[in-house]
Amino acid sequence: MYEILSKEFFSENVVKLVIHAPRIAKARRAGHFVILKIGEKGERFPLTIAGADRENGTITLVVQKVGVSSRKLVALEVGECITDLVGPLGQATHIEHKGTILACGGGVGVAPLLPIVEAYKKAGNRVITVIAARSKDLIILEDQIKEFSDELIVMTDDGSHGQKGLVTEGMEAAIAREKIDEAIIIGPAVMMKFAAMCTKKHNIPTMVSLNTIMVDGTGMCGACRITVAGKTKFVCVDGPEFDAHQVDFDEMLLRLNGYKEIEKAAESTYLNLNTDSCQIPS
Amino acid sequence: MEERDTYLKSERSQPWREDLRKLISNKERTNMVRVKMNEVDAQVRIKSYVEVNSGLSMEQAQLEASRCIDCPNPTCISGCPVEINIPKFVKRIEQGEFLEAAKVLKETSTLPAVCGRVCPQEKQCEANCFYTLKLKKEPVAIGFLERFAADYEQASGEISIPEIKEKNGVKVGCIGSGPAGLTFAGEMAKSGYEVTVFEALHEIGGVLKYGIPEFRLPNRVVDVEIDALKRMGVQFETNFIVGKTATIEDLKEEGFQAFFAGSGAGLPRFMGIPGENYLGILSSNEYLTRINLMHAAELDSDTPVLSGKNVMVIGGGNTAMDSVRTAKRLGATRAMIVYRRSMDEMPARIEEIEHAKEEGIEFMTLANPIEYFADEKGRVKSVKIQKMELGEPDASGRRRPIPMEGSEEIIEAETVVVSVGVSPNPIVPDSLPDLETTKWGTIVVNPDSLQSSIPEMFAGGDIVRGGATVILAMGDGRRAAQAMHKYLTNKNA
Ligand SMILES: Cc1cc2nc3c(=O)[nH]c(=O)nc-3n(C[C@H](O)[C@H](O)[C@H](O)COP(=O)(O)OP(=O)(O)OC[C@H]3O[C@@H](n4cnc5c(N)ncnc54)[C@H](O)[C@@H]3O)c2cc1C
Ligand SMILES: Cc1cc2nc3c(=O)[nH]c(=O)nc-3n(C[C@H](O)[C@H](O)[C@H](O)COP(=O)(O)OP(=O)(O)OC[C@H]3O[C@@H](n4cnc5c(N)ncnc54)[C@H](O)[C@@H]3O)c2cc1C
Ligand code: SF4
Ligand code: SF4
Ligand code: FES
Repeated sequence: MYEILSKEFFSENVVKLVIHAPRIAKARRAGHFVILKIGEKGERFPLTIAGADRENGTITLVVQKVGVSSRKLVALEVGECITDLVGPLGQATHIEHKGTILACGGGVGVAPLLPIVEAYKKAGNRVITVIAARSKDLIILEDQIKEFSDELIVMTDDGSHGQKGLVTEGMEAAIAREKIDEAIIIGPAVMMKFAAMCTKKHNIPTMVSLNTIMVDGTGMCGACRITVAGKTKFVCVDGPEFDAHQVDFDEMLLRLNGYKEIEKAAESTYLNLNTDSCQIPS
Repeated sequence: MEERDTYLKSERSQPWREDLRKLISNKERTNMVRVKMNEVDAQVRIKSYVEVNSGLSMEQAQLEASRCIDCPNPTCISGCPVEINIPKFVKRIEQGEFLEAAKVLKETSTLPAVCGRVCPQEKQCEANCFYTLKLKKEPVAIGFLERFAADYEQASGEISIPEIKEKNGVKVGCIGSGPAGLTFAGEMAKSGYEVTVFEALHEIGGVLKYGIPEFRLPNRVVDVEIDALKRMGVQFETNFIVGKTATIEDLKEEGFQAFFAGSGAGLPRFMGIPGENYLGILSSNEYLTRINLMHAAELDSDTPVLSGKNVMVIGGGNTAMDSVRTAKRLGATRAMIVYRRSMDEMPARIEEIEHAKEEGIEFMTLANPIEYFADEKGRVKSVKIQKMELGEPDASGRRRPIPMEGSEEIIEAETVVVSVGVSPNPIVPDSLPDLETTKWGTIVVNPDSLQSSIPEMFAGGDIVRGGATVILAMGDGRRAAQAMHKYLTNKNA
């Protein structure tokens, strides 16, 4: 069914997969995601569709190993199948000609950012992209992002690549130089919180794409709920994109950690049973 | 109506029925006491997911069946939304012809093994039994008997596959695999259509699988029926969200001529009170889905579930009862129901409320949460509850609960399950701008044909009714199939 056609390691923990899923490839637009499940008793978890090829009926996912499910996915080899895959889910990004766009991606958030950057560029915007990670080997998709960006700023915490500093420093630099009409931020929740504070300070309308915990992804359970402008919203059906300046990030951060202890325990059990570190090509 | 009466009369005057009636006097029949369902002991069952009711033995079933006096005017039938010929199947049981009894059920109901377990009989068939209405005695145990016959058939391995008309090559799509969709699919397959059921989740069965727990409705009972549909040629596509994975337009291009939306009322409501998004507060859908669909309580499942020692469930419906009893099975020492009206208004099936009491569930009625408090990690630790009193009846005819000032009380809870109702699933309506919906988001249909404002789109079950019942959803699936068959026959003529 959902066969893995190719697999490429961006770093030890970040992998790009191309998967056969013709219907999703046809229906998806920038901003959409899928829910996957691996094995009969696997958990359902979301990943953004980083790209698609309608002709060949494939979608591209970029996944970071963080816990049991992402590791199970990365452990699958070319030719193997994903048990369950459903999508495209969520609301597509609303892309129009705005002027100058500041696109910011942190860590694996660069993957979902890629199709959005591409779409903004194709809609005639000037796109300035800031990508950031802890160190050089965690920077992903740099060349692909560059292709659709008028300008690319790369930031690393340790200075091992691009400029040394946090994503917000790169953003500040761009904002100081020219007028930004709109910003989009995707990355870890903490990064989005601070990046959103930065654009708020400069009164730049900003979208964030949120990565809450999900179960069904169809609006049925409410696991993904957050507070936006004082109202409860479901990220899977109302989002995943929201007005960054209205999101209650502190609440979201608390909710993301809801299952942390159980999941850490599950991960160490999994790692004791499976050695999956041998998969990085030398 | 007349047609039905004539049919019922002619059935009733069959020699075998006449003979049975003569066998025992009505006096004797009405003096017998209603059978007790065999149950697993409360202390044993709360340690596992074993089905609470273990069914009737053959002797019990036949004895209970002989209580039914085979009324000339069987009022019980009008209490059943799909009008099962109740005396006929009950008398088949009395006679010992259990497979025949099952066939009678299948004349009008696709999922008798399910309905026998989950129908609110005390409000439907059994409420209208002669015993209840006239004798003021306990009604014939129609639900138990229905379950008996259906289980007998399932266990015999001789499931009767209905006769299927010659394939007509016409493709129709069914959106959702809950009881409405499954019934629709079965009926259309019988009439010779090529039916594909599209299901958003990875499992078939809708609420029957992800909602109602194993201890009340084992999955295998549902799977047998799904297998029967597969053998009838019904195709199932899981992981397929109509409106997302493909639109109705796409499917039309692929040759589908008409659709039935049985997409359910799957969206949980919250109350909008302070602290409701703290960790440990979840909808009953999330709680039950994690356990029933994702098997979170099993060791080899990857899906985690939070469940504390003190679990509070808000609400008084079947969903609330299923959640609180699940919490008990997950090891809660205190599992509580908080319901804003009184015991009398509780909408859950009476049997479930009784079972819950036996299992040590605490009931706090005339009480409502108004605020949640959390620890420093954002995990809920206690709930502020306000007492209520009953005022004048509201639009629903039930007395309206009114908050009592100064009655607040703080109760500890590390897990809170919110079970205060569901809204219709918006995915299908959202993807069809021309589809007429109500202000509640339910699909508007012609009450007879279940046809929507888009002629080739029919709809039924919870997406039309809001949260209702399994049997009503099934009845809708059946009626929609009949109407669609007519519609397509005219159109393709
Ligand atoms: C709409 C959406 C799009 C996403 N797109 C991508 C993507 O393109 N690539 C990608 O690698 N990941 C993406 N994610 C995050 C991805 O879903 C999680 O990393 C994954 O579910 C983790 O599962 P696991 O079992 O491997 O780890 P778990 O064992 O579930 O978690 C491991 C650790 O990660 C944390 N965690 C769990 N879920 C999330 C989450 N949703 N976000 C952040 N932290 C989490 C846990 O607290 C825990 O500390 C997306 C999430 C959403 C909601
Ligand atoms: C916990 C619980 C306990 C209950 N207990 C009882 C009881 O004891 N007795 C009783 O009579 N009733 C009970 N009910 C109510 C009863 O289950 C429902 O009324 C009934 O299931 C409605 O059937 P349905 O077919 O309309 O929808 P559902 O059973 O909700 O099925 C709808 C299906 O459609 C799928 N779907 C939705 N949108 C799409 C889409 N766009 N594309 C593809 N698929 C889609 C959903 O995933 C779902 O599987 C209970 C409900 C719950 C939640
Ligand atoms: S389907 Fe439900 S209402 Fe009808 S006879 Fe059976 S139990 Fe009673
Ligand atoms: S009303 Fe009661 S006694 Fe009469 S036929 Fe129906 S089940 Fe039997
Ligand atoms: S993931 Fe279940 S409602 Fe969003």
